[in-house]
Amino acid sequence: MTIVEGVQVDLKPEELNQAVKMLGKKPNAVEVGMIDVMWSEHCSYKSSRPILKLLPVSGPRVVCGPGNDAGAVDIGDGYVAVFKIESHNHPSAIEPYNGAATGIGGIIRDILCMGARPIALLDPLRFGSIRSPRSRWLFKYVVKGIADYGNCVGIPTVGGEVEFDESFESNCLVNVVCVGIAKRDEIVLAEAKYPGDLAILAGGSTGRDGIHGVTFASRTLTEESEEDRPAVQVGDPFTKKLIIDATLEILKTGYVHGLKDLGGGGLTCASSEMANKGGRGIDIELSKVHLREKGLSPFEIMLSESQERMLFIVDPKGVETVTGILDKYGLPWSIPGKVTDSKNVRVFLDGLLVAEVPAKLLAESPIMERKAEKPSYIDELKKTERPQMPKDLSEVLVQLMASENIASKEWVYRQYDHEVGARSVVKCGEADAAVLRILGEDKGIAVSSDCNSKHCYLDPFNGGAGAVAEACRNVACVGAVPLAIVDCLNFGNPEKADVFWQFKETVRGMSEMCKVMQTPCVGGNVSFYNEDEVTKKAVKPSPVVVALGVLESLKDVVTLTFKNVGDCIVLLGKTFPEMGGSEYYYTVHHIEGGIAPKVDMKTEKKTIDFLLLAMKKRYISAAHDCSKGGLAVALSLMSVKSNLGLEAELQKINTENLRYDELLFSESHSRFIVATKKSHLDNLLELAKSRGVFARHLGNVISSPRITLRYEDNEIVNCDLMEIKQAWESTIPSHMGL
Amino acid sequence: MRVAVIRFPGSNCDLDTVYVLRNVVGLETELVWHKHFNDGDFDAVVLPGGFSYGDALRAGVIAAYSPAMKRVKEMAKEGKPVLGICNGFQILVESELLSGALLRNDCLTFICKWVTLRVDNDKTAFTNMMKKGQILKMPIAHNEGRYYNDMETIREMEENNQIVFRYSNDNGELTSQSNPNGSLENIAGICNLEGNVVGLMPHPERASEPILSPFKTDHGKLVFESMVNAIRNGGK
Repeated sequence: MTIVEGVQVDLKPEELNQAVKMLGKKPNAVEVGMIDVMWSEHCSYKSSRPILKLLPVSGPRVVCGPGNDAGAVDIGDGYVAVFKIESHNHPSAIEPYNGAATGIGGIIRDILCMGARPIALLDPLRFGSIRSPRSRWLFKYVVKGIADYGNCVGIPTVGGEVEFDESFESNCLVNVVCVGIAKRDEIVLAEAKYPGDLAILAGGSTGRDGIHGVTFASRTLTEESEEDRPAVQVGDPFTKKLIIDATLEILKTGYVHGLKDLGGGGLTCASSEMANKGGRGIDIELSKVHLREKGLSPFEIMLSESQERMLFIVDPKGVETVTGILDKYGLPWSIPGKVTDSKNVRVFLDGLLVAEVPAKLLAESPIMERKAEKPSYIDELKKTERPQMPKDLSEVLVQLMASENIASKEWVYRQYDHEVGARSVVKCGEADAAVLRILGEDKGIAVSSDCNSKHCYLDPFNGGAGAVAEACRNVACVGAVPLAIVDCLNFGNPEKADVFWQFKETVRGMSEMCKVMQTPCVGGNVSFYNEDEVTKKAVKPSPVVVALGVLESLKDVVTLTFKNVGDCIVLLGKTFPEMGGSEYYYTVHHIEGGIAPKVDMKTEKKTIDFLLLAMKKRYISAAHDCSKGGLAVALSLMSVKSNLGLEAELQKINTENLRYDELLFSESHSRFIVATKKSHLDNLLELAKSRGVFARHLGNVISSPRITLRYEDNEIVNCDLMEIKQAWESTIPSHMGL
Repeated sequence: MRVAVIRFPGSNCDLDTVYVLRNVVGLETELVWHKHFNDGDFDAVVLPGGFSYGDALRAGVIAAYSPAMKRVKEMAKEGKPVLGICNGFQILVESELLSGALLRNDCLTFICKWVTLRVDNDKTAFTNMMKKGQILKMPIAHNEGRYYNDMETIREMEENNQIVFRYSNDNGELTSQSNPNGSLENIAGICNLEGNVVGLMPHPERASEPILSPFKTDHGKLVFESMVNAIRNGGK
């Protein structure tokens, strides 16, 4: 860290020199603080921007792409779906309850300030081993933070995922997703375009909390990080609920020309980004800002990350109307800003100029070129030898169903109100993706978040592609056409060449898959520095992908439960000996290495298209993608969820000459298990053949509660359904207490 | 026929309730900001779920002192139907329109899940379209839903037929397994002596359309249809 004008900054000396050059003067304390925040990795994406350019960002459905507070896609009939994902890893790692809660608060504001009504939340979470007391503490309070905040603001938490892996022991990953809905003409942008417009700051008062939250998030965690706890903001869901109601009412007046929330970087970020986007400047008079306590310095006011604040750029004619609505909801407000044509952010205190920086300099930081180098572990781990096959594969299946990464997450989602809003058509645990209806229409959207960090660690390219593929598969499983994705890229320190290589490869894989899938990436977030100085360990690369799809009719919804005894079970897609990073290797053999699953992108797209076509023809009564735990786990889950047994014969699908355990537990991509009525079976198989999709009739749904898997004359798995169910349901509660 | 849904700061099931009343039941329904409630004239009123005043102090207690509740009490006295759902139930208890208290769930966490209810009183303003002993499916979503009262009062309430809904299994038996939050005597909903004021923890507005129900049921709608019936018959 460097000290400039008595201020501690994270800027490197060469960055500081560049800032002086661009500014044409030596910045004072306030100015250097503003630059420091805006050039932090968190706000500026200075390391990731050159790589993120690889991702496809446009398409016929895209209304707003990256660079806005959230992505927006056209879902037809005049509606747009708005969605965004963000990380709140650093704050949650040291203060799980408020860290997670304010993560939810921030992501809701991102959706709201696009002019959309937030209608759903999802929470992809990653922790260290569930056997570690610290991880359980983090898990418990992160979930409680999300629940208390989300439940109170009245936005249902409809999905997410939980992954446990030792690499997240010191750095848990808390990603938060919000989905909103708006009419196309209701979308508002974060811009200050018209000189003379006034900037109204509304909601929470400005205090000393959260100062330097973003620079804190742009560092690795150290033993002293506990001392950064004051950098974690405190959430207030009650005020947030009032802000949501008030904002939606204010937007209806038509006086709002621009809107942005105050998140990371506080007033500095909101004002400079809006001014820059509108090609204007902004003047801010700090004495007008409503403060929580007296005596805040200009530096503190400009950098405070106090929660629950919005900045409205308003036509002067509408000020009375807008403030009237804020008064109705009892929300404090002030009018500290005015849009100018100077192109500069000018900060005044009682009329005296205390800082002046071009908006563009703040909003568009210089890029940092990072070195990328393939880490040596990649090739070493590939050489891992195949372990011996355990004798009792039934026992292995039970063990896998009980593994914390596969076990039921009801303990989590039971604490979330997943139904408020009256839109949750497919709820937590009922299918691979959540389905939300559009009120008053027969239309719906489906969302799912996915990532397999174990795969990514071994093969970042295919891991990245696989995250996109799996999210799209999950959305397709409920009958929705995937339209677009947003991503949250959680990595270690980008200044290290091996971490940056992981990052680059992952994004490359994702972008290839996005192109083939025709699902552009409309927004996202990069979270670097997820490693700590104590263990010197970075998290496994975790590109969390959220796919959003549209269902033209809610009558087409498919879930994962078997509907009738006697229905035929069909596997789509081939199984390969790709055991690296599998839950089977991790749980049963404690092996980290091996060959991770590859994504055959064209096959993936073809298979998803085929599934959607077969659904349209109403051939499919249940669908589930094969991922963690492989074929055997996917089949078991469908059985457990429907309380119906099944019989299947696996020799029909062994095209690659796999060993039994590989056939059962490989996590190869591009596979689905579907159920179909006997009368549709031939049609389904024929259609698959004509589309070039591998499909085999494996077996049937039976009434007796058993799962029996045969290979020719050998019974390789024979399990009691109740035993599997018990194993699957009891793991998380037994670790966490009721 | 005009029905009000009161929005307190922090109410969050207000829009869902209005949606169901308007679009599923087909009633003229107004969403009323709590400060403006006294200006209107309504045939019935619904206090929706949510976290009024952020559950500060105790769930429902601050809203109970809102001026809007004075008018609600008058309406209750006039015999007009008054319904409290979830946080609305908590408000009715805190304003002493209904007897008892709603304590923290015995599992000490928020619970969101579908439960089974048995109808114990089919004569109230919100159950007159049901049959005694009928089994209903509805979801709950709350932190403080454990109904409590002293046993003497509960016996009295039972004698006066004031227990409206109880958590049960599909056969109508009151088991501890079917009791999601530890409520005394499996009580999920109660009414006043006259039966025009009803409070319940489950959410009928989330259970009024088959598309939202895992059982493809619409039992919640019966609550609102009963209300329509009661308004037509002057509150009964």
